[in-house]
Amino acid sequence: MSAVIDVHDHGHHGPARGLMRWVLTTNHKDIGTMYLWFSFIMFLTGGAMAMIIRAELFEPGMQLIEPEFFNQMTTMHGLIMVFGAVMPAFVGLANWQVPLMIGAPDMALPRLNNLSFWILPFAFALLLSTLFMEAGAPNFGWTFYAPLSTTYAPSTVTFFIFGVHIMGASSIMGAINIIATILNMRAPGMTLMKMPLFVWTWLITAYLLIAVMPVLAGVVTMMLMDIHFGTSFFSAAGGGDPVLFQHVFWFFGHPEVYIMILPAFGIVSQIIPTFSRKKLFGYTSMVYATSSIAFLSFLVWAHHMFTVGMPLAGELFFMYSTMLIAVPTGVKVFNWVTTMFKGSLSFETPMLFSCAFVVLFTLGGFSGLMLAIAPVDFQYHDTYFVVAHFHYVLVPGAIFGIFAAVYYWLPKWCGHMYDETLAKLHFWLSFVGMNLAFFPMHFVGLAGMPRRIPDYALQFADFNQISSVGAFMFGATQWLFLYIVIKTIRGGKEATQEVWENPEGLEWTVPSPAPYHTFSTPPEVK
Amino acid sequence: MLLKSNPWVRCIVGMLLMFSNSAWAEWAVNLSPGATEISREVYDLHMIVFWISVWIGVVVFGVMFWSVFAHRKSKGAVASQFHESTVVELIWTAIPFAILVAMAIPATATLIKVYDSSEAKIDVKVTGYQWKWHYDYMNEKVSFFSNLQTSQDEIYNRAPKGENYLLEVDEPLVIPAKTKVRFLFTANDVIHSWWVPDLAVKRDAIPGFVNESWTYVDQPGTYRGQCAELCGKDHGFMPIVVVVKEQDDYQKWMKERQALASKERELKDKKFSKEQLMTRGEEAYAKNCAGCHNIDGTGIPPQFPALKGSQMAIADKAGHLDIVINGKPGTYMAAFGPQLSEVDLAAIITYERNAWGNNTGDVIQPIEIVKFKAGK
Repeated sequence: MSAVIDVHDHGHHGPARGLMRWVLTTNHKDIGTMYLWFSFIMFLTGGAMAMIIRAELFEPGMQLIEPEFFNQMTTMHGLIMVFGAVMPAFVGLANWQVPLMIGAPDMALPRLNNLSFWILPFAFALLLSTLFMEAGAPNFGWTFYAPLSTTYAPSTVTFFIFGVHIMGASSIMGAINIIATILNMRAPGMTLMKMPLFVWTWLITAYLLIAVMPVLAGVVTMMLMDIHFGTSFFSAAGGGDPVLFQHVFWFFGHPEVYIMILPAFGIVSQIIPTFSRKKLFGYTSMVYATSSIAFLSFLVWAHHMFTVGMPLAGELFFMYSTMLIAVPTGVKVFNWVTTMFKGSLSFETPMLFSCAFVVLFTLGGFSGLMLAIAPVDFQYHDTYFVVAHFHYVLVPGAIFGIFAAVYYWLPKWCGHMYDETLAKLHFWLSFVGMNLAFFPMHFVGLAGMPRRIPDYALQFADFNQISSVGAFMFGATQWLFLYIVIKTIRGGKEATQEVWENPEGLEWTVPSPAPYHTFSTPPEVK
Repeated sequence: MLLKSNPWVRCIVGMLLMFSNSAWAEWAVNLSPGATEISREVYDLHMIVFWISVWIGVVVFGVMFWSVFAHRKSKGAVASQFHESTVVELIWTAIPFAILVAMAIPATATLIKVYDSSEAKIDVKVTGYQWKWHYDYMNEKVSFFSNLQTSQDEIYNRAPKGENYLLEVDEPLVIPAKTKVRFLFTANDVIHSWWVPDLAVKRDAIPGFVNESWTYVDQPGTYRGQCAELCGKDHGFMPIVVVVKEQDDYQKWMKERQALASKERELKDKKFSKEQLMTRGEEAYAKNCAGCHNIDGTGIPPQFPALKGSQMAIADKAGHLDIVINGKPGTYMAAFGPQLSEVDLAAIITYERNAWGNNTGDVIQPIEIVKFKAGK
């Protein structure tokens, strides 16, 4: 869409024409663009499922759908948002921005890059095709606990398993590529401790991906064996253990939630200094804090399993290690706030999303701290309080981070400024809708409403209605985002090379729009 | 009562109320302190961590909002150029760490108490089934299933919803007050989780494994909860009701249950008329089978086949007995042989072979079930 040939400098290496440009491309900008569009389509698909869920939950009683289909919707919503919307969006941003920010001409492994994108549509075609099959889509929750997902699963579970395998392969290839690019292709003079934080957080994220995506592949392979080849990893009748599933799953699952938030940390660490007109406070501590969070993420997995009947010593270990994560996370929040303190602030849309990120992600952090306290978690576990918690870290965390990044870098990608008024409207509608949707979930959760139920007792009715209204508002607002992006691609005020006021980073040293090939000669970093 | 009638009006009023404190009392917005010493300790911990979070939030967001208002470029603010301080970083690493240690101490103390299930007077084995609970008083020879009592008509909006909509069961768990009761949790099919908020007990019921927990309730009363782990289609429809009685009342109740149980055991040798079996069968079918096969026997194909007009229900009698008693591995069809009494099994099979136009005229007596089980 946006990578326009700059005929003056690089005309001899323009992109091919037509559809084959996109199929065969090895250009990091083209692939980044495809990742971003793919993730947006998935965002709308998963969002539509959320709308169905919220419509059913608008009132007590079963109105629109059956409980069986409701379970399919919650499962597919979770899987699509995690693997289809958030993760590919971050990979798309990395594809566009990592080479531009480290002064590299492209990703280190361009053909692998093409492959890692192009297997994704097939993975999701496999997963989504189950919706049209007689046995129905996966209905066992995005956490797919055995034996509900093995012995008691619909036959379409095999499509789900292969879909997850392909998504995992895509993520691993993407991560290898990002690590190879960052470690080998930085411009002369850019030492590790001079890298922009977005690059740092992605480097750490990529290591997390390489460490845990094989674990996910392992757990779905064990399921496959249990279902089709007579093993009993997760069946007590054959000497296995259903809880083993949860240990393996969450050993993947907990680092996975940081995979979905660390790049957003990097994004706001780029944006807040730009619009505060002040250097990021505590760059070094930010790098160490991110590394500590990544390290700790491997030691806390069983806090998702406080109610499975672990021994007391296990509960205490996982409670303490989980609480510890609050320390480096706190350091990051303090650093962002101190960066703003005594700055010279302005509030263009990327900054609005970043400020909302800091406040609302921190709220999600507080509920996370509450959830870490094991004896109290017995009351919160598997209630709407948990749903509120992880939507607070994923929607204003990951999703707002992605919106902020798109508004921040879109002028660089397509050479036009976006419509600031409409973008601010997008922000405020998203902000209000999202809080209306998710804040009341804290209340119904504490009052005793379990998650993943298609119908609920009467005392939860009022807050659920508010949630539904907020969710519809948030959902509808995203069409405005689509309109703003298309409008910006097609025209608008010309963006300058720097776009913003003295932003830091190599991406602002190339013209807007960024030419198809950038940094063919590496820049010098002092 | 405009508020009750129109969901949109209620919704808008609700949004306004969210910001007014006086409305809190009527809207359930917080954990309940519950009915046990543990639940009150848990509630206090919850509130401590909540208020600590609020105060941290006030300080951090206070600084941020101050910057947002005071340090705006549009107000002519000029950016300072400070950007690092090791001392400050160390301070805001150390202080949160100290706060966390302060939280961890009472949390550890409470957790140790939760884990001490020694010296319980009564043991109840709780088994999760898709989608009901089974309670077994292990030393009393009394056991029963506890099913959702809310009618399909209420759920599908064909009848007004009762006060305890979705939170009512046919047979509640009954325990005595001021007595330490130990629960042993397991499951028959998938993982379930037994949760009663007022007792602050939530423990997973895992097939093939036994978990334990306990409670000591001070006051008689009725306490309601729900299954907390996604367990399939009717996960939202398997509530828990615990009735806590005074010691004497509990003993009386237990005597009655024991008498009932021995009477039920004698019934299996009795011969019933077709009408008796059909009446009992209709009731037992509604309770145990209708969740999947529908009240009118049409099922939810393909997972849950129709019984109305099915070959099995109108012709293959031995197959019919077999699938009801032994279940069908690899499908949702559970083995009801160990779950239900012989009389109920006979009544259900008789009902299924004669209801909805399946007019086979077959009458299955309890003794046939006994023989079928023995023949296996």
